[in-house]
Amino acid sequence: MDLSWMAWTKPTAIFFVVIALLIAGMATWERISPGGSPRVGVLRLKTHRGDRLFITLLGSAFIHLAWLGLTPFSLWGALIVSAIYGTLVFSFV
Amino acid sequence: MKPWNNRAWFLVLPMLLLVAFSAVIPLMTVVNYSVQDTFGDNKFFWAGVEWFRKTLHSERFVSALIRNLIFSGIILAVEVPLGVLIALRMPKKGIGVPICLVLMSLPLLIPFNVVGTIWQVFGRNDIGLLGGTLKSLGFDYNYVSNPVHAWVTLIVMDVWHWTSLVVLLCYAGLASIPDAYYQAAQIDGASGWARFRYIQLPKLSRVLTIAVLLRFMDSFMIYTEPFVVTGGGPGNATTFLSIDLVKMATREFNLGGAAAMSLIYFLIILLVSWVFYTVMTRHED
Repeated sequence: MDLSWMAWTKPTAIFFVVIALLIAGMATWERISPGGSPRVGVLRLKTHRGDRLFITLLGSAFIHLAWLGLTPFSLWGALIVSAIYGTLVFSFV
Repeated sequence: MKPWNNRAWFLVLPMLLLVAFSAVIPLMTVVNYSVQDTFGDNKFFWAGVEWFRKTLHSERFVSALIRNLIFSGIILAVEVPLGVLIALRMPKKGIGVPICLVLMSLPLLIPFNVVGTIWQVFGRNDIGLLGGTLKSLGFDYNYVSNPVHAWVTLIVMDVWHWTSLVVLLCYAGLASIPDAYYQAAQIDGASGWARFRYIQLPKLSRVLTIAVLLRFMDSFMIYTEPFVVTGGGPGNATTFLSIDLVKMATREFNLGGAAAMSLIYFLIILLVSWVFYTVMTRHED
């Protein structure tokens, strides 16, 4: 099957594989500990762990965009900030 | 005994395939395009995040985004209250119900490009009913050369086209409120406002969530009608993100830039929709 029209590159393939692995990881986590561990966090919203992953991914996308738009530094910095942000979301949101 | 059967998830498979082919695979392709440059012939060159950096620093993108946000804000501020008001005033029984429902549905049945064409002709001050009438009344109305007139025309057109959707959703929500609530309110001597505030509005919250989400997403993605009516002009006064995006992708053949812009556009829609949804459903649990 010719997929050249999709213009795949190694970095974008890695990106999608990571997203797929995250979703698979969440499914495994749900299997081990069903129920999604609902709680009301600092945002005063009831969230499940799927919501927390969504908030992490969406927030990380905006962190990367803000990093690109506002700083001249390498994107690795945005990745570190996103990892810290994700940890905070999974701990407190 | 297990209360559910996980094999039921297989029933979702056809929809999953449909979504994969109609949304996920195109989205993946857009992501791939956004980090590359192409000059045609299916040849691509790695560009990294340069397209994103360029888009974020481009005045053209920021202006179109601001115009889009203002347009969506005005649309929501007009269509949602107006839709609720009309739904509250619509007859609840009798021959008036089907007549009102059909009248309300009519604008929704008209294709987008036809709506644009209707309003393009309607607004012209030489042959259009609206433009001609305003001109004969002494107003110097010209949506082709005056940015304010172009904006007013697009807003009025959108309100005409889409308020019915809010009305129909709210009408369905109101129809589902049991009479017992109104009887209790009557016994308590509740005023019209109290009935609306404490019975109708809470019961409408779900349909209003859907209405706000749909109207935000549609107005933020609006393309056909402004393209047909004003073509993005005068100047760039009504060039919204979608119009700029199509211009960049098809006329300038700047696929990388257009892909980066699409992804930022998509993320903004996703964020605002999530915020709306979360805020409007936070009390449901």
